Amino acid sequence: MLGFKTLTAPGVRSDHARPQDNTGTDMPVLLPFRAKHNKDGFFVHHGGRLFVDMKLRHGLMIFAVFALWGGAAEAAAKVGGLAWAMASLWEWTPFILKGFSLNILISVLAMLIGTIAGAALGLMQVSLLAPVRGSSWIVTQFFRNSPWLVLLFCVMLLFPFEIDLGFVVIPIPDWMKAVIGFSLPIMANISEVVRGAVISLPSGQWESAESLAFSRRQTMWMIILPQCIKRMVPPWINWYCILTMATPLCSIMGVEESVGHTVQAMNALGDRPELLAPFYFFLLFIHFIFTYPIARFSISLEKKFAVKI
Amino acid sequence: MLDIIGPFFKNLYDTTGWNFIMFYEQYEYDRFVDAMWVSVKLIVACLIFSLIVGFIGAWGQGAKSKILRLSIAGYIQFFRNTPPFIQLLVFYFVIGTLTPQVDMGGYNEAIIGSFGWAVIGMGFFAGAFNTEIFRSGIEAVPTSTVEAAEALGYSRMKSYIYIIFPLAFRVCLPALNNNLVNLLKTTTLAYGIAVPEMMYTANQIWSDNVNVPEMMIVLFIYYIGLVGILVWGMHRWEQKMRVPGYG
Repeated sequence: MLGFKTLTAPGVRSDHARPQDNTGTDMPVLLPFRAKHNKDGFFVHHGGRLFVDMKLRHGLMIFAVFALWGGAAEAAAKVGGLAWAMASLWEWTPFILKGFSLNILISVLAMLIGTIAGAALGLMQVSLLAPVRGSSWIVTQFFRNSPWLVLLFCVMLLFPFEIDLGFVVIPIPDWMKAVIGFSLPIMANISEVVRGAVISLPSGQWESAESLAFSRRQTMWMIILPQCIKRMVPPWINWYCILTMATPLCSIMGVEESVGHTVQAMNALGDRPELLAPFYFFLLFIHFIFTYPIARFSISLEKKFAVKI
Repeated sequence: MLDIIGPFFKNLYDTTGWNFIMFYEQYEYDRFVDAMWVSVKLIVACLIFSLIVGFIGAWGQGAKSKILRLSIAGYIQFFRNTPPFIQLLVFYFVIGTLTPQVDMGGYNEAIIGSFGWAVIGMGFFAGAFNTEIFRSGIEAVPTSTVEAAEALGYSRMKSYIYIIFPLAFRVCLPALNNNLVNLLKTTTLAYGIAVPEMMYTANQIWSDNVNVPEMMIVLFIYYIGLVGILVWGMHRWEQKMRVPGYG
């Protein structure tokens, strides 16, 4: 430490050459590489897990906004004006959030059904049998290229509202039909994701599996698909985001989700024009805070996987 | 037109019960043909508007001003991560009520009607994606090309218009193709704000005549046909614009 300083000619500043972090030396040595901060866009890694990157002050700010809003809600009792509209919004927030929970339920169930059906359809698309390949291709293209709203209308209007099994009658509520309506386009798109992932693997994987005497089924399940999973995860999450953003569509058919509940709340408050802006922007806001972190997560995952290939 | 196809569809209804009423009755036929044109106009207007938004947005993302870049990034994230249907409702019900009204002789009408708001709303929605697509294309243009343009005395604006964008456009055409197909399908959302396009009119026809399955078949054929035309056209365009030895 001292030796370094004495070696420097008097008057020459050597500060810039001195490492500032706690490596225990200020000798001009090449330090081992260490990433400056383990931030990954919107997220921060901590102990191997992902956290949303927020400081204490951000949390306090969010809390302050809600506290002020709640306070204003208590204060404004007179009907009319923006303050009243905000107060009403505060009052009706639980109701709107209840509607939003149905959005999430629909999206999760539709994703589940769509993924299972889509995986099967996608594997059919890489089949060796031409008729299987052709028919699954037609199904995929049909559901991929028709508008979501048309598919939704189709399922909502043409599906029975109950199924009679002879001994028991199973009612199918509207939101359940919406789940089926949304799972159809998801199925087709997941099918394309699966097909794309299988095709994107280098053909050497197939050839080396064959040279090791793997059967086609074994190659698929033990070699190709495990590698595909990693490639399929980011687009899969992306499709979940798109699906969640499409779920408000079913409010057109009278399913009581977030948009339906918002409109009902505004009706209950007398349909005053000053309600429109706060209520609709709040609706956008809750959808945004749900979707945005998932979308960022998908992007960070994509980056992470891209390096390792 | 009705004279030619009318008897066939009338006969089809009488013999099988398949009621394609808009192909043999004048009133429904007019309504149907109008809706077809409104839909096509809506789609073309949305496509053009979203391309303009994407072009300007991608240019702004490379600007020197930090405020401009940040606001465009905010615009993209906001429009990408919120439901397009609610965006449309916000445009029509919130911003639409704030725009000035025009006296149309006895009644007031907003300057921008539901058709206009549908174009603006969905244009901005698809424009956010187009901005990202164009930007990825611009990033794919080699820096040496940009430097060469600079060395030849092109200003930033001129090199963007004549050198960078034409090359970037060719790179991002496949992704753009995907997004435009998506936009075409999204235009059905205009149903939500009562634009008399295909989806809306089909709903009216099946409400009046109780022929849901028939109208569904027609809707599927119509939209898949339009997607087919768009994809075919884009593919032709892509091949026409291909620069030999580039990409």
